[in-house]
Amino acid sequence: MKTRFGRTISMVVFLSIAWGSSAFGEPDGARLYAINCAACHGDRGDGGIGVPLSLPDFLSSVTDEYLFLTIRHGRPGRIMPSFQHLSDQQTRAIVRHIRNWAAGEPKLAAKGTPGDPRRGRDIFARHCARCHGPLGKGGTGTGVNFTRLHDQPVVAPGLNNAGFLAAASDRIIRTTLLKGRRGTPMQPAAKMGLSIQDVDDVGSYIRSFEKGLENGGGNSGAAAEPALITTSPLPFAETVERIKQAISARHQRIIREHPLDDGLSTGRAGGRKHLVIYFGNIRHINTLLTIDPRMGLFLPNRVTIMEQNDGKVVVSAVNPLRFRNLFNNANLEHTSREMHELYSAILGEVSE
Amino acid sequence: MSPARCHPGRAALFLLLILMALPVWADNLLIVRTHQPLASALENLKRSIREEGYDVARVDMVNIGLLGMGYTSSDYRAVFFGKAEELDELSRNYPQLVPYLPLRIAVFSEGDSTLLVTVDPSTYREFLDGAGDSAIFDRWREEISAILSRMTNR
Repeated sequence: MKTRFGRTISMVVFLSIAWGSSAFGEPDGARLYAINCAACHGDRGDGGIGVPLSLPDFLSSVTDEYLFLTIRHGRPGRIMPSFQHLSDQQTRAIVRHIRNWAAGEPKLAAKGTPGDPRRGRDIFARHCARCHGPLGKGGTGTGVNFTRLHDQPVVAPGLNNAGFLAAASDRIIRTTLLKGRRGTPMQPAAKMGLSIQDVDDVGSYIRSFEKGLENGGGNSGAAAEPALITTSPLPFAETVERIKQAISARHQRIIREHPLDDGLSTGRAGGRKHLVIYFGNIRHINTLLTIDPRMGLFLPNRVTIMEQNDGKVVVSAVNPLRFRNLFNNANLEHTSREMHELYSAILGEVSE
Repeated sequence: MSPARCHPGRAALFLLLILMALPVWADNLLIVRTHQPLASALENLKRSIREEGYDVARVDMVNIGLLGMGYTSSDYRAVFFGKAEELDELSRNYPQLVPYLPLRIAVFSEGDSTLLVTVDPSTYREFLDGAGDSAIFDRWREEISAILSRMTNR
């Protein structure tokens, strides 16, 4: 039976699909950009967590196809997600909106000659690796304001990246090498003393990354358990003390402790004993925030000690190998392993 | 007022407004930008959270020395919120969720704007491995989306 509420829901679904379209016709690129892109790239493409898009040298060096494929594939392991839920029409509308920030059409360099990737690797090591990383994985960190030191206007993008390589044609790579990118440390090839042959060799080396592509690190812990959990053989109070000792023994500072439901209106959860202990190392916290400001969701470190209904005392912590998947940031790989080791060691002190 | 209890036309309008301002879904994170300085954004966020029926448990400072290290902003907070009865029930039945509770939104400055980031609660459904009733996560997503959407409109 079709109810009034059912009709209402149908109307909402229809309207929500139609929304994002101007007058139910062409999708509204500005609106779609505001919803999907502005939080990271800024309202006018000035950059933020995401790279700046409105730089004139960027927009004059990339095609609409590059922008389209970048939105479609994202950058695995480099924060930018893939926006597979957007239709082709919606994605093209966003591309048109971004294109409005540039004067004129992109001007790509002519097609080059096939280069020597081995020679290109040496040139890359001398001129490009300092910013883009020795393997072209890109710089560490993100954001133009919060996480960036003042002398670094932009974090070098990852070139050894499936999303980039799928989106960037050889001509786009060549154009960027030849022209450089004003507003970033990327200099034109001539200014770096590189010849046309050098440019083609570097371009060939960058393209060769396709042969060794690996997962960007964004989903490598998909099967990991969401939490690290252990049952303590000790009573609640002794478990708390043992955990505190374990934290201090690892040169971590206890920042605060309080019941899990502290601040919520009905007080303690059913009379059970429970305590959350926050701890950390200031340098470590700041390092993580500079790698990815969103990591503050899981900082400082935290261990929860909770008495169960059957009287058992359970100690738990987030599993960094699982939660890092939320961030699509390969730069968290190393630090999340370190955090995992730290949590495991602390919980290990009270394992049965 | 719950949309299910009001006139269907109003319910449709309410849901449409929520959907129109839905925060971006980015790899299991919900993120919005608001053009308010951090202090105002924090106050408005706390109000939005309460309007959605949650208690604000605490507001913590996350960063400590970023400004001294040469970064352009050190404004960073985490807002914890929830409902005591939900926290009690979930923590009894699903110990794997305990480290992720209460819910939290990270709030940090970026130039003149403030960014708000949180885990998409529907992600937690995966944590249960198909066990139990996961409808609560869909409701959380709807409510947190409404909270964040209000932030972009204030």
